[in-house]
Amino acid sequence: MKLSFEGVFFTYSTGVRALDGIDLSIGSGEFVAIVGENGAGKTTLVKLLNGLLRPDGGKVVVGNWDTAEYSTAQLAGRVGFLFQNPDEQLFERAVQREVAFGPRNLGFSERKIASKSMSALKTVGLADHAEDNPYDLAPFERKLLALAATLAMDTPVLVLDEPSIGQDAAGRRRIGRILRELHTMGSTILLISHDLDFCAEYAERAVVMANGHILADGLVEKIFAQNDLLQRAAVFPPQLVRLAQALKMPTAPLKVDQFVNAYSQWHRRKKRA
Amino acid sequence: MIRIKDFCYWYPGQDQPALDGIDLEIPEGQFCGVVGPNGAGKSTLCYALSGFAPHFFHGTWEGELQVGKRDVPRSTLGELAGEIGLVFQNSFNQISGARFTVREEIAFGLENLGLKRKEIERRVEETLALIDLEALAERSPFALSGGQQQRVAIASILAMQPKLLVLDEPTSQLDPRGTQEVFKILDKLAGRGGTTVVLVEHKLEWLAAFADRVITFSQGRIVLDGSAKKILADEKLLKLGVGQTQFTQAAAAVQKKKFIPRSRPLPVTLKQAQKFFE
Ligand SMILES: Nc1ncnc2c1ncn2[C@@H]1O[C@H](COP(=O)(O)OP(=O)(O)OP(=O)(O)O)[C@@H](O)[C@H]1O
Ligand SMILES: Nc1ncnc2c1ncn2[C@@H]1O[C@H](COP(=O)(O)OP(=O)(O)O)[C@@H](O)[C@H]1O
Ligand SMILES: [Mg+2]
Ligand SMILES: [Mg+2]
Repeated sequence: MKLSFEGVFFTYSTGVRALDGIDLSIGSGEFVAIVGENGAGKTTLVKLLNGLLRPDGGKVVVGNWDTAEYSTAQLAGRVGFLFQNPDEQLFERAVQREVAFGPRNLGFSERKIASKSMSALKTVGLADHAEDNPYDLAPFERKLLALAATLAMDTPVLVLDEPSIGQDAAGRRRIGRILRELHTMGSTILLISHDLDFCAEYAERAVVMANGHILADGLVEKIFAQNDLLQRAAVFPPQLVRLAQALKMPTAPLKVDQFVNAYSQWHRRKKRA
Repeated sequence: MIRIKDFCYWYPGQDQPALDGIDLEIPEGQFCGVVGPNGAGKSTLCYALSGFAPHFFHGTWEGELQVGKRDVPRSTLGELAGEIGLVFQNSFNQISGARFTVREEIAFGLENLGLKRKEIERRVEETLALIDLEALAERSPFALSGGQQQRVAIASILAMQPKLLVLDEPTSQLDPRGTQEVFKILDKLAGRGGTTVVLVEHKLEWLAAFADRVITFSQGRIVLDGSAKKILADEKLLKLGVGQTQFTQAAAAVQKKKFIPRSRPLPVTLKQAQKFFE
């Protein structure tokens, strides 16, 4: 499902202008990383997609819906949302009920609710915790539970605000695989993350934000190789890109195997020369 | 500075100890990183070092845990407050909510320490400048982005100038520049200031660049302990679920292809990686 922001402004009641003229359109099935400094407006931007916040100028469109004409509850059927802070999202007393909450609100049948929530719990690796109280879970498990609750709603658009924080390497990989799988199935994915190594590995397109503006927008391999641009958004290129730059290799590898291939070629060429 | 001997800790009602026979000595002024998979006991170590386990979480413990001259589990949280600072894993919970502005929030902990007004003001301004919060000083700590809130949580502990700083994933929401700044601040405090720093962190690249030492937790025990560069290059980290930097992963993959001899030690920082591949 496609998304668009057309001339969007947003100012908090405190007077802070968090979004200062945003134009952005995202095609159906795209996997977009949104990166940029703390306070850039990333979270504010995506909260407009499901009506948690309403723009005070411009238009936000989800599929063929102008969000101004739809309630948060209606938009929840289209845009699944993983909060930066899971405490904003979790309030049931059992893990199972937490995951069933969203599908039930969307009016799914009891059978579909049961199957969607169980499979979402399995996907994130929390099936054994179905009966537990979410408050007894460790922080990283609460984040995974919030992700399961988001997945169970089966929305065409997924917004993930910092999904990998607090996760160990195995957890990051698990989340990455889940996102990749959803992407192959055609979901439209917006990933907000400060972990550029993670973004590089999974996303296709990158949007760089600073100070309520979009600084740049393009293919990950192009954007993540521009140090000066990223610097203006308090971000550094991924480790492998920095390494390739330090070695004066002509490419910007995003994954370990890409680096290895590029290095092998470069190494051979250098040997011959 | 820190002396832990055969320390075990059980959360209330648990049979399995979350800390299972910890022996650890950390000298004054050391910058010590802590890594480990989720659930390994890293946060519990932080709680034990700061007295929150057992004084806040209750539960039972045995063994010895001393910070400086203080017997931590036998001291009250009040006695520990000025000496040991803990930045919680979840910065959303650290904001006291007792004050209206960021400036007041940072002053709050200092007031509780009973410092003089002048000293409080001096430290607040110093800390705001140190961690780049001046522009947000008059804002409500709740009307901030996640990363900005995390900065406030760090600042309110730094302002107290504890001899031991314990930080549990303090940079998880910070942008890369903010992360680097926090590491630089901790490095300075440890190096010249003599503050002892215990830092739980998943960002291995920065640990490699700044920490003196890295200890690795698994299932409530310390399983690896040594210099940051040695531990972070250890391939056991992969099996443990800690992972490795992409510098290290790329180097190991290239070694497998025999472009580079096996004898060359794996790099953990950008500088080392550059040398490794050249
Ligand atoms: N609830 C709020 N009330 C008032 N201002 C807010 C609120 N939440 C965020 N802001 C402000 O709006 C701006 C954008 O914040 P936002 O949360 O969108 O940033 P972000 O890019 O998600 O940052 P981070 O990487 O730290 O999560 C910042 O100046 C922030 O201080
Ligand atoms: N408040 C608590 N009550 C009961 N058990 C807990 C609590 N906090 C952590 N645990 C358990 O203690 C162990 C260590 O957890 P923790 O210290 O949070 O690990 P880490 O910080 O390395 O992820 C885990 O088995 C976890 O489930
Ligand atoms: Mg945010
Ligand atoms: Mg922890």
